[in-house]
Amino acid sequence: MMNVDPAICNYCGACVGSCPVNCMFLDETIVRINEDKCIKCGFCIRACPVGAISADWWSE
Amino acid sequence: MKKYEYDVLVIGAGPGGSMAARYAARHGLKVLLIEKRPEIGVPVRCAEGISRAWMDEVEIEPQEKWIDAEIDGAKIYSPDEKSIIKLSAEQAGNEVGFVLNREYFDKYLASLAAQEGTEIWLKSPAVEIIKEDGYVLGAIVRRFGENVEVRAKIIIGADGFESQVARWAGLNTVLRERDIVSCIQYRITNIDIEENFTHFFIGSCAPGGYVWIFPKGKKEANVGIGVALNKLRSKGEVKKYMDKFIEKHNYLKKGSIIQIVTGAVSTCPVPKKIVDNGIMLVGDAARLIDPITGGGIANACISGKYAGEIAAKCIDNPSKECLEEYQNKVKNRWEKKHLRNWFVKEKLAELSDDTLNKLMDVVSKENISEISVRAILEAVQKKYPELIEEFEDLL
Repeated sequence: MMNVDPAICNYCGACVGSCPVNCMFLDETIVRINEDKCIKCGFCIRACPVGAISADWWSE
Repeated sequence: MKKYEYDVLVIGAGPGGSMAARYAARHGLKVLLIEKRPEIGVPVRCAEGISRAWMDEVEIEPQEKWIDAEIDGAKIYSPDEKSIIKLSAEQAGNEVGFVLNREYFDKYLASLAAQEGTEIWLKSPAVEIIKEDGYVLGAIVRRFGENVEVRAKIIIGADGFESQVARWAGLNTVLRERDIVSCIQYRITNIDIEENFTHFFIGSCAPGGYVWIFPKGKKEANVGIGVALNKLRSKGEVKKYMDKFIEKHNYLKKGSIIQIVTGAVSTCPVPKKIVDNGIMLVGDAARLIDPITGGGIANACISGKYAGEIAAKCIDNPSKECLEEYQNKVKNRWEKKHLRNWFVKEKLAELSDDTLNKLMDVVSKENISEISVRAILEAVQKKYPELIEEFEDLL
């Protein structure tokens, strides 16, 4: 499961443009993620400048 | 579902989109420009530094309202900050001249598009592309919450770094890890800065990128950082790099942050394909960013102009063969330069602080107006012969 924390997210789209499989969509002030398409590469988690994205499969 | 018909649908009202709409409309086309946000130019996703050289070409008259600072040159700081390379505006190329106020600049460009007859919709994201028989024929647009169908002979994707339109249409603008730079910027007020210079800090303070300080007039500046994704390991690391830099610089620490801007830029060569049947990509969506500076406003405006003009030419035959003229114009202009700068960026990203310190020690003592790769390397060889090996592949 992935989660975008709306209290941290700045809706900039850095995650969306970084996603290699295009499973993210910035819907104005909501980042939508199609987890069926997600390949768990972690690009979005690291590309997010403020660290708003987390996932239960992600470890640093 | 309500249906609308236009000659050209431009998706995204940033500089690239507005310029594309302006030039398409000027040639008599019926143009719709859509923007998902409720306000053009907001939120800012930009460091706001530009040169003045390219503006004539795209018929933009500098306006006081969107110029926050005039810049005489750039200063580049070595990692130890002991060496400073000073560049005049001409030498620094693209990224000095003005520091913009993008909130006003973007609105101004949209107004230029409107003056030529472009219709503009706000709060209208494209949510889907309409594609039939290999042709892009329009988009489903959620206009103020209501899905409507917009058909157009030509779609121009100007949706920035996110570049969703390209991917929906099947154009490959996917970026490699090393060609993504994640950025955060604070506008800091009540600080003492040199007003007429932009400042760049390179090395381990910003791996694969740099820190910038762009003055926004008296006592205020955009202080930002970009770090390459392949250098990032943990969550929220970019912000940590930024905060660490500010912590180390007292004159910044003393100020107050009045704006936080985030975003990302691509630093890749020009993609192979930026057109297809019924579609063209412009600006950041076409990855037309200088791989070294990360600057893209001029390229967005110029590519927007090209796309608008070619749209007029191909409106009765919007096939990829016709639209390829746009792609060729883009490639002739930027392909070589961006490839060369991409190589230099890759090289710079691998240099240690120690190497950069030595290199900049030599360069900062040379007369920069006469500098060439050969001259730099000869000077480096004299002072730090052990370094030359690292640069052999640049010769």
